[in-house]
Amino acid sequence: MKRLLDVLREECGLTGTKEGCGEGECGACTVLIEGVPVNSCLVPFAHARGARVTTIEGLNGSHPLQETFVSEGGAQCGICTPGMILAATVLPGDAELEEIRTALAGNICRCTGYEGIYRAIRAAARARPRQGDPQPASRAEPGADAER
Amino acid sequence: MRTAMSRLTLVEPRTLTEALGILHEDPSRTPIAGCTDVYVNLNFGTLPDTRFLDIWRLDELREIALDGEVLSIGALATYADLIRSPLVEERLPILAAASREIGGAQIQNRGTIGGNVANASPAGDTLPVLAVAEARVVLASADGVRRVPFNGFYTGYRASVRRPDELIAALEIPQLSGRQWFRKVGTRAAQAISKIVMAGIRSRSPRLAVGSVAPTVVRLPETEAVLAAGGSIDAARAALAREIQPIDDVRSTAEYRRRVAENLLARFWRETA
Amino acid sequence: MPAVGRNVLRKEGTGKVTGAARYVDDLSFPGMLHGTTVRSTVASGRIRAIRLEFDPSGFVVADARDVPGRNVVALIEDDQPCLADGRVRHVAEPILLLAHERRESLLDARVAIDYEEEPPVFDPAASPRVFKEISIVKGDLARGFEAADQIVEGEYVTGLQEQLYIEPNGVIAVPENGGMTVYGSLQCPYYVHKALVVLLGLPPEKVRVVQTETGGGFGGKEEYPSILAGHAAILARKAGRPVKMVYDRVEDMLATTKRHPSVVRHKTGVRRDGRIVAMDVDVLLDGGAYVTLSPVVLSRGVLHATGPYRCDAVRIHGRVTMTNTPPNGAFRGFGAPQTQFAAEVHMERIAEALGMDPVRLRETNLFRPGDTTATGQTLGEDCSAGAVLRAAVERTDFDRRRRELAGSSSGIGLSLFFHGSGFTGGGEVRLASRASLELTATGARILVGSTEIGQGTRTIHAQIVADALEIPYDSVEVCEADTGLVPDSGPTVASRTCMVVGKILENCALEMKRRLGSLSPARYLALHGPLVVTREYEKPAELAWSDETYRGDAYGAYGWGCNVAEVVRDPDTYEVRPVRLTAVCEIGKAIHPVLAAGQVEGGTAQGIGYALLEEVVVRDGRMANAQMTNYLVPTTLDTPPIDVILLENPYFYGPHGAKGIGEMPIDGPAPAIVNAIRHLGLDVREIPATPERILGAPCISR
Repeated sequence: MKRLLDVLREECGLTGTKEGCGEGECGACTVLIEGVPVNSCLVPFAHARGARVTTIEGLNGSHPLQETFVSEGGAQCGICTPGMILAATVLPGDAELEEIRTALAGNICRCTGYEGIYRAIRAAARARPRQGDPQPASRAEPGADAER
Repeated sequence: MRTAMSRLTLVEPRTLTEALGILHEDPSRTPIAGCTDVYVNLNFGTLPDTRFLDIWRLDELREIALDGEVLSIGALATYADLIRSPLVEERLPILAAASREIGGAQIQNRGTIGGNVANASPAGDTLPVLAVAEARVVLASADGVRRVPFNGFYTGYRASVRRPDELIAALEIPQLSGRQWFRKVGTRAAQAISKIVMAGIRSRSPRLAVGSVAPTVVRLPETEAVLAAGGSIDAARAALAREIQPIDDVRSTAEYRRRVAENLLARFWRETA
Repeated sequence: MPAVGRNVLRKEGTGKVTGAARYVDDLSFPGMLHGTTVRSTVASGRIRAIRLEFDPSGFVVADARDVPGRNVVALIEDDQPCLADGRVRHVAEPILLLAHERRESLLDARVAIDYEEEPPVFDPAASPRVFKEISIVKGDLARGFEAADQIVEGEYVTGLQEQLYIEPNGVIAVPENGGMTVYGSLQCPYYVHKALVVLLGLPPEKVRVVQTETGGGFGGKEEYPSILAGHAAILARKAGRPVKMVYDRVEDMLATTKRHPSVVRHKTGVRRDGRIVAMDVDVLLDGGAYVTLSPVVLSRGVLHATGPYRCDAVRIHGRVTMTNTPPNGAFRGFGAPQTQFAAEVHMERIAEALGMDPVRLRETNLFRPGDTTATGQTLGEDCSAGAVLRAAVERTDFDRRRRELAGSSSGIGLSLFFHGSGFTGGGEVRLASRASLELTATGARILVGSTEIGQGTRTIHAQIVADALEIPYDSVEVCEADTGLVPDSGPTVASRTCMVVGKILENCALEMKRRLGSLSPARYLALHGPLVVTREYEKPAELAWSDETYRGDAYGAYGWGCNVAEVVRDPDTYEVRPVRLTAVCEIGKAIHPVLAAGQVEGGTAQGIGYALLEEVVVRDGRMANAQMTNYLVPTTLDTPPIDVILLENPYFYGPHGAKGIGEMPIDGPAPAIVNAIRHLGLDVREIPATPERILGAPCISR
């Protein structure tokens, strides 16, 4: 019954995944399971068995969002940022603002008012259009994934 | 985390038959699936249960299919599944609408309709939809399968007719006619627990159900009768006020819930005219 | 190319987007224990007995008797015990500390406490204890009212607000070198340092405080970490091992500080032409159980209580009183959001009473250069009240839009506000902040106690230093905020990190440049050895302030802001949703435009939450909705597009003309939104303006 969050942080040493509330409200612990965003504070580790789990470390610092979140002011204090970026990776490159807002409604940021996050997502889409490739993050380098 | 997690045990059956066998032997195990409610309560240290039965991987309970004229929705269908399903969109679009308003994407990817029914919160967002759809709850046990009307499923606050050895296997939605309507009211635009949630179907026999105004989701037979008889909306509002028992809590007030429920009734009637 | 004014790459950016940044809960030390706090369940009473209902072997248990120094949280007054000693004054007051190797074992450690309860005080107006009272008087109030054609009165109410940084409070205390080192999520390492020296009875050099990456503060990690660090240090000292204490969300919400609730009364004399001739303002803040920072919050509150308007006859009276609730404390804006909410909704009501256009009324009365404030401060050329109002009105086509929306289910409203940069009055002089700059072979290294908590401290400081030294931005490094390495630059609060600390750093850099002469850094080091330049805050000569009379120059500079909010109301659910918010801010100089806009956007979003959503429900002195499910902050779908316009009107003593920016954006949204609701015809005077309050709001009679 251990939470996926605790296994990632305490046993895998992947502390990029953050705990903000423990009740599935803030989204700071968002990871991808088979490319699908989930709150790792609400997932028993058993449900990740045999699955590909992508954490922020799994993006290897090479995802365009990781650059634009810095340059466009998408990250301030940074605590929501790993979860926010992972939730944003599943957006299509041509996502409209309303689609972005809906997709990120489960990720709370207290610093930015979200404007910098929208700028970062649009800038990343311009840098690397991703139409027809809705889940690129789940295809991150396997070595960086926490696979169990 | 305020629960000693190392003391919890989890069994993971591979098939429904195996799961039902385990529950038959040991009905004290708590079934869990998407876990979006169970971990919240574990986090707060408010869930006394320590022994769980994981049914998340029982794919046979995940299907959304048409069985004759009945729409069968597997208990493990997630909110995301319901939002994406063309069958749900065609037959019961207000179920998709309700699902869109639950949590954020992360919750929609994990939370299940069976879980929403089993959790039995009076604020459960899909429950008024199931109530007006006159859904049947398919309960499976080692003894076999029984179907109970959703409107007779709950017996009180967080209490239902489900026996401890039974699993909710599916929800069955009969063919419906009439215009469907749904509205959820939470203070926040997303990730809110309902202060009031209402579903309606406009037909010759209008149906109306409300959540967060009583110990369980409630159908409103008297209000429906007034509407069916062509009564005035004021008369229907008065009937509704008699049929709900809203309370003050940390999320809202009884007064607000009563007024908004009445207003939504009028809106339902206006918008489905 | 100069670095200032450009969007250079943030110094603190990369670790945050890769997961490499280490927040306190990401750290572990060999032999580390986990600590927890046993707290009061009653609001007021004497502790009769404490019983451990568990086997204490393997546990470290500490109470007030384990405090080696003085059992106080040293801040303004030493009235708050670090651990309750015999009596409790609020729910969630810390009584006992427990530590164990396994975090889970702490869950079974039941402690029973018997109290002799005493009647608690929950009404700040009826409190027997006043923490602080301040009066500001200007001119002759009675004569002012005599000259008035009309008198408008009103009472305005604001609630508690939780900072809700996404990283809860947390620290790790490590006993080492005969002293104590504390790592933690905090804004003010030297506040914690000062508190630990007193609590532990150690010489200053034996206490070291290191800020770890900090997941948001907003004031919530200004004074609170001092008590938490004290707890971890008491346990660590007793255990002789490192102790980690990280709150979960529930504990963080139940126990830590929040924004002071307020009741502000206005009585204003106004002439038929809209000219305000007398202002009488009464401010009441609820301080909670201990003094903490309440006197300073009250000070900032009363100093902003008139709003940015001139008036020759002013009386402001403020008090902050004790209630048996957790102490209220610092939160972005620090008293000014409360009093300016009242001032700006009151202005709207004056316009309604006169039948005057709200923009004209504000134009008639707003501060202009040469005007004097309530404390008698003469405003200089950097006063921009008129400029921000004009820019906002123009940007939103306010007059036309207001006419278009009249009578519809949408409304539009505005707020005009200002915010003093830096500490109040003589505060900066008393702080005597220091900053240092160390020459490196390739450039310079910044040594300041200012912390990065998301605003971009390291980046803007490095920009200022790079330009003063005329070296590339990349050649400037920034030392971590570690009291063992950096001087006390004062707290990271009060919109002072850029304007005040940045200026000291600029002075360091200019002196270093003089010393270098024509030598390169490497050449200088080879010839003369290490070079560290340290400078202290220098008060501009013309600033004069008296704490006794509350007369003089309250702040060195003010930022100026105007917000326009457009809202739509659902007639069936009484929900009001903001659809657009325009924020014009005059900040002297945007050192880093993206970071500056980020401050405005974020502060505005918090202000929107303050206005409409964020309600702390208190029952019997206890927060009843201490969960993120029930205390609602704005999500993406609750936050409308925020249109930010930055204006620059330089302040002579700010680096490159920069004034403060961090706090001001939260002053404006609540009154702008409530004034938009008033445009809908609803008489709302209290926030948050929840649907439940909108339902109960009377219609405005015309």
